[in-house]
Amino acid sequence: MSLALTSTVSLTGLVGNLIEVEVDISDGLPSYILLGLPDAALNESKDRVRAALVNSGEVWPNKKVTVSLSPAWLPKSGSAFDLPIALTLLMAQGLVPKDEPGICIYLGELALDGQVRSVRGVLPAVLAAKKLGFTKALVPFKNYAEAKCVSGIEIIAVNSLTDALQYLRYGEIPDSPDPFIFNEDNGYLDLCDVAGQIGARKALEIAAIGGHHLLFIGPPGTGKTMLAERIPSILPPLNEDSILEVTAIHSIAGTLLDRELLSRLPPFIAPHHTTTAPAMIGGGAHAIRPGATSLAHQGVLFIDEAPECARGVLDSLRQPLESGNVTISRASGSVTYPARFMLVLAANPCPCGRFSGRGRSCTCTQVSIRRYLQRLSGPLLDRIDIRVFVDSPSRFEMASDELGESSSTVRERVIAARAISERRFTDCLWNLNSQIPPSELRKRFRAEKLGMNFLHTELDSERLSARGFHKVLRIAWSIADSNGHSIPNRDDVESAFRLREGMELLA
Amino acid sequence: MGTKQLIGALGEDFVAKYLVARNYEILERNWRIREGEIDLVAISEHGIIVFVEVKTRTNSAFGHPLEAITREKAYRLQRLALAWLTINHRWGFEYRIDAAGVLIAKGEKFEIDYRIAVL
Repeated sequence: MSLALTSTVSLTGLVGNLIEVEVDISDGLPSYILLGLPDAALNESKDRVRAALVNSGEVWPNKKVTVSLSPAWLPKSGSAFDLPIALTLLMAQGLVPKDEPGICIYLGELALDGQVRSVRGVLPAVLAAKKLGFTKALVPFKNYAEAKCVSGIEIIAVNSLTDALQYLRYGEIPDSPDPFIFNEDNGYLDLCDVAGQIGARKALEIAAIGGHHLLFIGPPGTGKTMLAERIPSILPPLNEDSILEVTAIHSIAGTLLDRELLSRLPPFIAPHHTTTAPAMIGGGAHAIRPGATSLAHQGVLFIDEAPECARGVLDSLRQPLESGNVTISRASGSVTYPARFMLVLAANPCPCGRFSGRGRSCTCTQVSIRRYLQRLSGPLLDRIDIRVFVDSPSRFEMASDELGESSSTVRERVIAARAISERRFTDCLWNLNSQIPPSELRKRFRAEKLGMNFLHTELDSERLSARGFHKVLRIAWSIADSNGHSIPNRDDVESAFRLREGMELLA
Repeated sequence: MGTKQLIGALGEDFVAKYLVARNYEILERNWRIREGEIDLVAISEHGIIVFVEVKTRTNSAFGHPLEAITREKAYRLQRLALAWLTINHRWGFEYRIDAAGVLIAKGEKFEIDYRIAVL
């Protein structure tokens, strides 16, 4: 009886499941059977494993080979099983010392020549292995830095099947790439590139302080996208837990290369307005991949031309906006990904896009303008706190060679203001101004008397709805934090009111 | 007889001798009906009827000889075995299907890979 067993990890969302790879080689006609609900990529592993073994100078057993991936009921996908299958096959033939259970996990896709190729999801897999008590992980060379983010587990990076065999046979540890460093912020887009736009800059800063969702309205070419792209540069840098979480999501999505590994910069994700709901919130037939909302976790989700979006797509954002995560169910199972992001929508003021200033060149009718903006559904707009009109910078602003404030200056203020609000919320369940529940706004987190009076007047004159009342108060807290006021005064409340002006008309 | 058939016959002869040397009695060679052919039918000293598929190669450039037995061919072998048992009134006899891979190297050296009960 030739039998061997190794361990690997497969992912359901961000959750790692321990998978045992068992190989049995028995007499009988040469055949290869793979058990344990493999998907197409995994079923093809036979031919990759065989070619890789033979081309690495190893023996392919011309016998009846049964490979079982247990637990058998869990659907498995992807190519990361190639390396554990190949190694277990050699162990079963007695060509490699058998694996001691519970020590090491193996991950990697094999090329036909025996090279080990990178796979998706190495970071969460290694993280899961560590939690399960494993002390070593054998991973593809290109995934080394990613795997190394997990502390307290030995990472062995292999470039080829031969490397892995040298390690298993003689304990030779192949050279690892240089140790990683947390990527300090370099090369981001800086706010000083934006000419003028004093009002919009201030709105961005307030939004960054309180984590408020934003809506930009302005004619094409005035800098809506430019401003949005620069929001991550003024947000506080990610802490180490968040970096791991964000990197893990991007690892599964296979977008780590787009994003510098272990960047402290919050992610910025800008899906196109024709994007589908599965691309937005996540989906896929076998492995359920994270969508734009999860890729933007701890960062910014920017949707340009938001009214052009299919209505269902925008409304699919409501669940993540509400709960901070998305749950996607498919035939193969149900998966939850974190999705806590700052939503930034941009829209033209009207279908022709030329409505600005006094609207002289705009050819749209009142009705068509109204209909255009009404494509943003009420419940979605309800979740957006701040609305910013972005207009073309004046000739004076464009001509000025004076640079605006740089991102780092603004970010310092944002960090300082957030420190104040975090201190205020130490005994609360939330930590951002945008998350204060309405009941608390009416009790503990009221503004100064004059400020409240102002709001009540606006409420009476029906320029403010009850919902808007709470939103204005939340923004007022962010403004107060920014101005160093311990409680929002009348000016803070008035500024907050102006940041919401027009929101009522839209909904 | 073409070269291919000659090589096949050489391999089958060799397997037949191999079985006789192990106290099998050969009942039939190249038994053929419309559905196909069984290379060898033998009976062991314990009365088990053995159907043998023989694959002969002169080199291993095309892989292991037994790899040529695909799943479909194996199932056909199973049907043929049942047909043989029926026609020869041996229903109820214990039987098994074996496969033999023969490699004829230079200088008429034979190498045999005999697999018992492959189905």
